[in-house]
Amino acid sequence: MNDRVVVIAGGLSPERDVSLRSGRRVAEDLKNAGFDAQVKDIDANLLADLLADPPTCAFPLVHGVAGEDGSLQEVLQAINVPFVGSDAHSCRRSFDKAIAGSLVAAAGISVPNSIALPQAMFRDLGAGGLLEAITEKIGLPLIIKPNRGGSALGVTVVRDAAELPAAMVGAFAYGEVVLIQRYITGTEIAIGVFDTGEGPTALPATEIVPDSGLYDYTARYTAGTTEFFTPARLPDNVLEAAAETAVTAHRVLELRDWSRSDLVVDADSRVWFLEVNVAPGMTETSLYPQEVSASEVTIGELLAGLVKRAVARA
Amino acid sequence: MTQPAMNPGSRLDPWVASYAARAQGMTASAIRALFSVASRPEVVSLAGGAPFVSALPLDEFADMTAQLIRDRGPTALQYCTGQGDEKLREQICGVMELSGIHAHPDDVVITTGSQMALDLTVRVFCNPGDVVLVESPSYVGALGVFASYQCEVVHVPTDSEGLNPAGLSEAIDRVRAEGKTPKLIYTVPTYHNPLGITQPPQRRAEILQVAKSAGLLLLEDDPYCLLGFDGEVPRAIRADDADAVVYLGSFSKTIAAGLRVGWALAPHGVREKLVLASEASVLCPSNFSQLTVSEYLATQPWQEQIKGFRALYLERRDALLESMEQLMPPGTTWTVPEGGFFSWVTLPEGLDTTAMLPRAVAGLVAYVPGTGFYVDGQGRDAMRLSYCFPEPDRIREGVRRLSGIIETELDLVSTFGPGANIAPHSKRGPNTPSPELP
Repeated sequence: MNDRVVVIAGGLSPERDVSLRSGRRVAEDLKNAGFDAQVKDIDANLLADLLADPPTCAFPLVHGVAGEDGSLQEVLQAINVPFVGSDAHSCRRSFDKAIAGSLVAAAGISVPNSIALPQAMFRDLGAGGLLEAITEKIGLPLIIKPNRGGSALGVTVVRDAAELPAAMVGAFAYGEVVLIQRYITGTEIAIGVFDTGEGPTALPATEIVPDSGLYDYTARYTAGTTEFFTPARLPDNVLEAAAETAVTAHRVLELRDWSRSDLVVDADSRVWFLEVNVAPGMTETSLYPQEVSASEVTIGELLAGLVKRAVARA
Repeated sequence: MTQPAMNPGSRLDPWVASYAARAQGMTASAIRALFSVASRPEVVSLAGGAPFVSALPLDEFADMTAQLIRDRGPTALQYCTGQGDEKLREQICGVMELSGIHAHPDDVVITTGSQMALDLTVRVFCNPGDVVLVESPSYVGALGVFASYQCEVVHVPTDSEGLNPAGLSEAIDRVRAEGKTPKLIYTVPTYHNPLGITQPPQRRAEILQVAKSAGLLLLEDDPYCLLGFDGEVPRAIRADDADAVVYLGSFSKTIAAGLRVGWALAPHGVREKLVLASEASVLCPSNFSQLTVSEYLATQPWQEQIKGFRALYLERRDALLESMEQLMPPGTTWTVPEGGFFSWVTLPEGLDTTAMLPRAVAGLVAYVPGTGFYVDGQGRDAMRLSYCFPEPDRIREGVRRLSGIIETELDLVSTFGPGANIAPHSKRGPNTPSPELP
């Protein structure tokens, strides 16, 4: 009988739809690789199902809060279900962009200047003065985003200080804490990392060129609106530095199995770390599958390797 | 330094250069993504316009359908004429009599929901760039049809009695002065979607007069006409003119939306074109669905059932209105529908319902932002709330959650200043989710 893998997808975050598409695709790839795979949502039945009929392995693909903040992983650890991906502790600090950024920066990687604050701080100190002080310290242009969350939901690039209040409100709609970060202009790339037992290995970098200039939700999930280059059109030494950055971030944040780092390369070929994903998107327009396609491993081999490693850990 | 290798890019869609211009707005959107969460049972969705079909006599429905297949299976499961089943067209004329319409079955074209009747009408009348005049706000599903045929939509002011005739007349003059071609006036006169208001008789007469004077076809969309809480059925505009109006009707709200049976009643010449357009599109509407509706009308106490729907929706409307009265922050206003499914809620100044939607969905309540009912960015401070699907207690809980979300948003606006809460969204929502989903 084949190993049974439960791909956990969906959830209640705004990335539910993306997660479900990721989950269905991974389940299909796992089936093609010989596994008995099925997709389950995070709902009132999940825990009972996992306890009544424990799978060989779980594959969490819930994006956003609950899926990437360590909550789901905490539950899986508590009920002793082996799972693919990072443990709860690593997820928790990786999902927090400010914490992840500071940990990665401490390892010598370039991270744009940023500050993360809750709404209460703006209310108590006065938003006008505080935003002015932050803008003066970090400098325009800025990128405003929810400190926890993905798929570019609630993200705005601010080139004029007058746009800042609206951008803040847009980001606070998706979370209690907002990250105000220096916007680095350059070549936007993403690099997946996998580790099937031989240490973290970087996949080829994907360069992202959205028609609109901003890799927002529409550009991410509407096929045709963004042009991707894998490997990225960068000199080899820059690609090597970027790959090293992604692997270092993976190590520093104590991630396991797989991750995807979002990076930007500026005009001086300096590689900047923006954020890391512990449950990368796996939809038909997502970056990680493109990188796997351009690599020497197949998606089936990679997923099978991740599952086997997770099972071996149990 | 090694030079980068030449590397062809990928757009993950080999047909990206081949799409028609009308497909350009068909993109993924964050708003639609939020509505995938709204379908979860934890969320109180005051967004969708789905009728409460659980109230139907489902056992009788099952028996009736089984009998239909046993008796007339080979017919029900076969193609039919493009215009639709003759007996059902006769029955539809009987239904329209309730709205004061005396029609001949030959002038009825049965369609896959009235949405298809709308689509066909726009297809046979509108060239790209032609102007359609609509209410402010207007039904989001209609705006989607107009966009798909590359029509220009002009919003006409509304007041407490619906579409404003003077405003309509001025808009027609203005459009013509700009060298554009107005083609259609689209209106939902009864229990309007999304406003919830109803045009009184005099207003209907005035609108008809403006349309006739301007030589424009009036498209009367009337799916909610039998769902008035007082049991009265307002007289349709079409009842007073057979030549100037294409009337759209539907069984989606009075029997079952899943059957997808609607119709157009059109002047003879228009009717001919609608039939040909329908045949080109789908060959014929579902015969099984048509015969099911026909059988239901013939064998079930359908008018009694509609009375049951009215009572059920009235109780839910009252739950919505009473809880809004108790819980909504000062400065919030809403319409009081006398039938149908919707109330239009306007929030205190400075709030943007699109910007607020992620917070609402995270707080497990959903609505449709007002901008979805406009093509020009209006409606930021408004939302459509529906009361047709959730049970009264769930409606009360939804309003409780929503009022808390609005309070939080007010706090945010107070922190960042008026005008901050303007979402950087595009003018309009093809972004807007399917409006009928529960």
